[in-house]
Amino acid sequence: MNPLYNYLLKFADDSFIMGQRLSEWCGEGPYLEEDIALTNIALDELGQANNFYQYASRVADNGKSEDDLAFLRYEHEYINAHWVELPNEDYAQTILKVYVFSIYQKLMYEALSNSSDEDLSALAQKSLKEVKYHYTHASSWMKIFAQGTEESKVRLIKAIENIWEYTKGLFAKVEGEDDLITLNIVPDVDALYEQFIAVTEKDFADFGLEYPTDHFMQPKSRTGYHTEYFGYILCELQYMQRAYPGCTW
Amino acid sequence: MNQLLNILSQVPDPEIPVINIVELGIVREAKATSESSCEVIITPTYSACPAMFTIEEDIMKIMKENGWDAKVVTKMFPIWTTDWLTDEAREKLREYGITPPEKGADEHHIGKPKKCPRCGSMHSKQISRFGSTLCKASYQCLDCLEPFDYFKCH
Repeated sequence: MNPLYNYLLKFADDSFIMGQRLSEWCGEGPYLEEDIALTNIALDELGQANNFYQYASRVADNGKSEDDLAFLRYEHEYINAHWVELPNEDYAQTILKVYVFSIYQKLMYEALSNSSDEDLSALAQKSLKEVKYHYTHASSWMKIFAQGTEESKVRLIKAIENIWEYTKGLFAKVEGEDDLITLNIVPDVDALYEQFIAVTEKDFADFGLEYPTDHFMQPKSRTGYHTEYFGYILCELQYMQRAYPGCTW
Repeated sequence: MNQLLNILSQVPDPEIPVINIVELGIVREAKATSESSCEVIITPTYSACPAMFTIEEDIMKIMKENGWDAKVVTKMFPIWTTDWLTDEAREKLREYGITPPEKGADEHHIGKPKKCPRCGSMHSKQISRFGSTLCKASYQCLDCLEPFDYFKCH
């Protein structure tokens, strides 16, 4: 398998599933501006997914379109991180999800902007502008929840306890990624993970939150093994395309 | 401006009809490939901008009306930035009621007061970072009290 193809799919799948998860808030947001904000972020993610699927489809050159890649693969063929498929739960957990994911994407796209692959670099630069907004938005809410009421803080802490162990999964490598690192086409995610810890530690101190001390991290992100929540997302997401093959929108 | 770009500058942005796709920087190049066919190179503004689909169709349509068979090619690199908006386009935006983006798009001026497009006051506040479309944020002028859109720099 072409390693670049696999590598592009990991971004596409991450953004695709994150976009789908966030769009679940459409019409359900705590108030109008937040409803619009999360839908905007969801749309950005879906747009990025579309770009990466398109490029992957070009790289694979096997006649599969971006829609085929998004809508007609099976559960074990998706290599997104577990993080993006975790449930939204309450608003604090949703914001935590956006916050962590936006830092991951920011670090990733910053590093990829220098890729020797011109297309990959362009996609990263374009996406980077968008995720900077996501980060600003989510981090300001993290601070508001941490320093708001007793309840908002409790809920945020509960969300951190619930899902922090999935954060490292974002930095899991895919098959063939090491070859791309050797060729200097892509950055080493291990180094990015170090940066992730530094950034979040600094932010947590600023928010007035205790940094998670439990170091257990869930394995198997990006391996095709998923959490129990994934099948449900896929069912909803792929329903139209499977019920009406070839439908376009 | 060459003849092809002249034709293309009749295509308005579907969401902001006062500015056209050439001054918005979406159309990068238009060149004839034969007597009756041409290639139009466009750069998408935002990853998920829904207007891009309409724009592609509009390009083909207007070129057809002018006797050209157009092929639209999307090129990402270098990436689109609001810095490509001409001064003329910025003024048109302002007259339309949208505060144009600041220059120097790499810096993020999120949340800082913007100039009210109606009364020119800088005494304004951000209501929402995200607006009705991907490219806009919502503000309110604290002098004339009117709400207004700000075209985010990108």
